Amino acid sequence: MSVRGLGPDAGPKAGPDAKAGGDISIREVTKIYDPDGIHVVAVERCSLEIAAGEFLVVVGPSGCGKTSLLNVLAGFEDLTDGEILLDGKPIAAPGRPVEPGSDRIVVFQNGALFPWKTVLENIVYGPMVQRRRELGRARQAARNLLAQVGLEGIEGSYPAELSSGVQRRVEILRALINEPRVMLLDEPFRGLDAVAKSVMHQFLLDLFERTRLTMFFITHDLDEAIFLGDRVVVMTTRPCCPKLVLQVNLPRPRDHRALGDTRFLELKRAALEAVHEEALKAFRAGERELA
Amino acid sequence: MASGILTAPSNPRRKAHPWLRQSFNRHTLRGAVTLVVFVILWALVVAFKVPYLRLLPPPRDVAVSLLQSVASAGYWANWWISMVHIAVGFVAAVVVGVPLGLAMGINRTVRRFVFPIFEVLRPVPPIAWIPLAIIFWPTVSLTIYFLVFTGPFFIIVLNVMDGVREVSQNHVRAALSLGAKPRDVFWRIMLPATLPYVMTGMAVGMGVTWNVLIAAEMVTSATESGLGSMTWTAYTNGILPVIVVGMLSIGVAGYLSSALLRLLGERLMPWQRRI
Repeated sequence: MSVRGLGPDAGPKAGPDAKAGGDISIREVTKIYDPDGIHVVAVERCSLEIAAGEFLVVVGPSGCGKTSLLNVLAGFEDLTDGEILLDGKPIAAPGRPVEPGSDRIVVFQNGALFPWKTVLENIVYGPMVQRRRELGRARQAARNLLAQVGLEGIEGSYPAELSSGVQRRVEILRALINEPRVMLLDEPFRGLDAVAKSVMHQFLLDLFERTRLTMFFITHDLDEAIFLGDRVVVMTTRPCCPKLVLQVNLPRPRDHRALGDTRFLELKRAALEAVHEEALKAFRAGERELA
Repeated sequence: MASGILTAPSNPRRKAHPWLRQSFNRHTLRGAVTLVVFVILWALVVAFKVPYLRLLPPPRDVAVSLLQSVASAGYWANWWISMVHIAVGFVAAVVVGVPLGLAMGINRTVRRFVFPIFEVLRPVPPIAWIPLAIIFWPTVSLTIYFLVFTGPFFIIVLNVMDGVREVSQNHVRAALSLGAKPRDVFWRIMLPATLPYVMTGMAVGMGVTWNVLIAAEMVTSATESGLGSMTWTAYTNGILPVIVVGMLSIGVAGYLSSALLRLLGERLMPWQRRI
């Protein structure tokens, strides 16, 4: 088997694969938490269309409800109202039991590799629990994946023996081997230093060029958002819904030079303004909550 | 140094066991110096007839008595009996305690039912169980097994319960996201994630276990043997060097059982050893 776009013959121009899908439709989604009668509206009437093969980045102040949206998308939590479709099929609706699945895999902030498993065991975890594929072949596929991104030789290491940058890359490979239609990345590079972060950006951009998976990427780093995304959505503070959508018209494949492009700077200025406004609102709301 | 000699040259990955490597280095040498000084002080205390310590047997007598013990089958029988007491009681505590701890950690209802009893029984020192245990259990062996069981049992259950509650939600969600079923989450996430807590519970529990065992053996020494009973009998017979030999043996036995647990932990949790 070969992961889409990462097979031996898949060149960098493999491009979007229409059959593989990954089209997400978020329709009027509302998520209300109600622990002990405290009514918290995390997401309110949020609608977003994400095309198959699009790299969508969501930015917003911390605690604005971005992660709630991702949790609903991932199937970790149910939603209060609205519905979410993946390639036309509903994956979340009110009253529907939550079901996470390997068609949309989450990469977490702070990393979630299993510390008791070696790198290889971590990567084949998905194929193993899905029992769809022979384990030997999955191991071979995992080794190929590692080799393709220049990480051969670490199969037998435990996550704690690796730098956090390598850990994040392994975690992304662990998702990728399942051939998901969508990758949900929740601030995956948070806590990395600037150098490691820029390596990770290049890594993710290369992967995106080759696989053209739909990416749903959450961050609050604007540079990262514009550098990586096809579209950047600035969210309002709680309740979370799109405030500003920026089309990033920087050509792909991108590299660090894009960061100095005037279009980049203009986009950043526009995004900054919107984010600042929301951050202030969040700050005042916080003050009110404290008072 | 020592590790170089002990490493098999044909297979560079296979190193001398850490226990062997750690046995000969600067730090253990320092420990040995302290030990020698201790024995010298002991000899001086006896030689100068320090008040209150006048009956203390000199190191030489203890050494002679130790050699005699080591040469006798009865001494090793006592070792064997104590080890069996420990093994049965401790294994029972693990076998009952780990599943109970898991259940209490995973299921809130189970926790709410069982936890209040725990809060009452846990502070009761295991030694306080001795009278009831003697009354209730038909044989002395069963009494001792039960007492040994009460030592580590509560510690193991509470550690495992905490361990389950410390399982990272991200790990569980990552597993679900990768297509794991609840069964996989239990066997492949919950269990390995709580294993370090199980081992900690066992290690702490092992310390208590020897306390309880020796007390139990001393109380029942008229009918049941073991290292504790050997020490107590030596006391009632007024053979002071054997008392000290008994104490030393108990110390060594306790150390060996803890070392055994440590080895087990390293074997079961290779990801922790290599860090």
